[in-house]
Amino acid sequence: MKIKIVSFLIVLLVGGLHAQTIEVCKDCPISKLNDAIKVAKSFDTIVVKKGTYKEYNILVDKPLTIIGKNYPVIDGEMKGEIITIVSDSVTVDGLFIINVGTSYTEDYAAIRVKRSNDFVIQNLVLEKLFFGIYIEKGRNGKIFHNKIIGDAVEEYNSGNGIQLWYSKNIEIEHNFIEHVRDGIYLEFSDDCIIKNNVSANNVRYGLHFMFSNDDIYQDNIFENNGAGVAVMFSKKIKMYNNIFKENWGTASYGLLLKEINDAEIEGNTFKDNTIGINIEGSNRINYKNNNFISNGWAIKVRGACYTNHFTSNNFLYNSFDISYNSNINDNLFDKNYWSNYTGYDLNKNGIGDIPYRPVKLFSYIVNRTPETIILLRSLFIDIIDFSEKVSPVFTPDNLLDNNPKMKKIVW
Amino acid sequence: MLKILKYSFYDLMRSRWSYVYFAFYLLLGIVLLFLNNDLSKAVITLMNVIIVLVPLIGTIFGVMYYYNSKEFTELLLAQPLKRSSIFLGQYFGVAISLSMSLILGLGIPFIFYGLFESSAIWDFSLLLITGTFLTFIFTALAFNIALSNENKIKGFGYAILLWLFLAIIYDGIFLMTLILFEDYPLDKLSLIGTMLNPIDLSRTLILLKLDISALLGYTGAVFKQFFGTNFGFVVSIGMLAIWVIMPVLRIVFKSKRKDF
Repeated sequence: MKIKIVSFLIVLLVGGLHAQTIEVCKDCPISKLNDAIKVAKSFDTIVVKKGTYKEYNILVDKPLTIIGKNYPVIDGEMKGEIITIVSDSVTVDGLFIINVGTSYTEDYAAIRVKRSNDFVIQNLVLEKLFFGIYIEKGRNGKIFHNKIIGDAVEEYNSGNGIQLWYSKNIEIEHNFIEHVRDGIYLEFSDDCIIKNNVSANNVRYGLHFMFSNDDIYQDNIFENNGAGVAVMFSKKIKMYNNIFKENWGTASYGLLLKEINDAEIEGNTFKDNTIGINIEGSNRINYKNNNFISNGWAIKVRGACYTNHFTSNNFLYNSFDISYNSNINDNLFDKNYWSNYTGYDLNKNGIGDIPYRPVKLFSYIVNRTPETIILLRSLFIDIIDFSEKVSPVFTPDNLLDNNPKMKKIVW
Repeated sequence: MLKILKYSFYDLMRSRWSYVYFAFYLLLGIVLLFLNNDLSKAVITLMNVIIVLVPLIGTIFGVMYYYNSKEFTELLLAQPLKRSSIFLGQYFGVAISLSMSLILGLGIPFIFYGLFESSAIWDFSLLLITGTFLTFIFTALAFNIALSNENKIKGFGYAILLWLFLAIIYDGIFLMTLILFEDYPLDKLSLIGTMLNPIDLSRTLILLKLDISALLGYTGAVFKQFFGTNFGFVVSIGMLAIWVIMPVLRIVFKSKRKDF
């Protein structure tokens, strides 16, 4: 084993010593990126100078570092895929890639990584794209500081900004993604970290998980997407300090959880969404220190959700705090601040003396007959809500916050 | 008619109740703005107050004024004056003075707060327009009730009942109907149900303007499609106008035939 590592290091060192730099520019001996890759040896560096290169189907089949100086433009002329990486240890840096072909049978991408490990894709600008960065069975990759701006209008003929498929240990940081179908899409991808990205104005989701486990996403901003983030059929996802805002429309939500188990949702802000979090069939999730501000529904529980814990969250000025469609409850609400709480605190310990009932009768009625929502803010509704609050009949009896905070929680 | 209108108006302007009403709105506006610091939030809260309180005040004030000035009315009837101008003059006197209290009472604090630089100005003017309409509608209804009932207690009873019906009971019946027929497509029914009640109509108009329509889901989309267009807006304002005109016509009709 030791010998193996040593010999590997020696190979690396020797390779490193012999590494050359190949320049590509309009007037150079090599004027095409494709040609440069052909003449290059493993671990060489290719520097692409400023200019426009009309190329597509660029196959990177050896470990190379491709660096663009002053953002050279690689124009695919809508003919197909532009760069395909099939080798380990490839770095692509500083290119401006435009005009990826659209196809209904193949997922053309600006950059595709196929069965390769240890790649770095950074400082790219992608425009007029179908799929942006597509990682297929890749491992240990880094995707940093890219700017992806699509022009998607419809779901069926547009692609995703960054897509991971059967990939592991990928870091996606500081990317800016706009106007594509899904900003970032993970399918069967585990142990990925998604950090400090901005995903906005996308047709479908800002971030989308499918069958992906043990991923972390934090400090991202999801704004004005069809829906902010959809997490589906995944386990142990950690969601920290993200901002979900202005996902506003008749079928929009900040965060959609479907068949999610054992997740952590902490420190997030949900602001001005039609539905803050839409939960369906999700169990053992901890919601802690989140802010729900001015949403239509802060949390909509659709059913089959058990043993979820909602503690120390702020619910501020939402039309409905919680909506529930059954009267069985197995979820715990504790020590939250509710701006609609009307109780008192006689012993001045900061915790209200009477429990708070977050589910209103009206939200129960609206769940049954959606049309009744036109009676929102009618005096009659206020009266029946009040009477239900005093003696609950329809809403879950034990759905209470026994220790509602008197003041907004600061952490 | 104008002379009687003027007399009624000045009479009311001098009365204590107008000042109380005006002061109430002034205070409400100031308190709301100080507590909220947010114009559009204040508009929502105001809406809740206006759609409940304006009809109530309109009804009670209308009935009260009619019964109180009955002796004076009888005196006027002895003069060579058209009956319709006597009653219409009184009606408009009450309705205009109430609307003025509302508009000035709410308008002054909002203007001082910087309404003209704010984007909420259209929401706010819509609020005042519907408030004024509601005042005119409910004062007219109150005059109708008072004209038809000699007995003061009965008159007051009916007036309160009318307010109770339109503000609360109607919504209850509406809700029950919607739940009862939940298996059928309900968007037309809910649209018609809203149009028929001036309070519901005002509420929906303001809510849709405040851009919470996305919250209303599919129904909201149908409503937005209707109320959001110029056509829908004209129809709803027309509907409110009909709610004013019908009772006013009945005042004219009834006053001509009434024995005093």
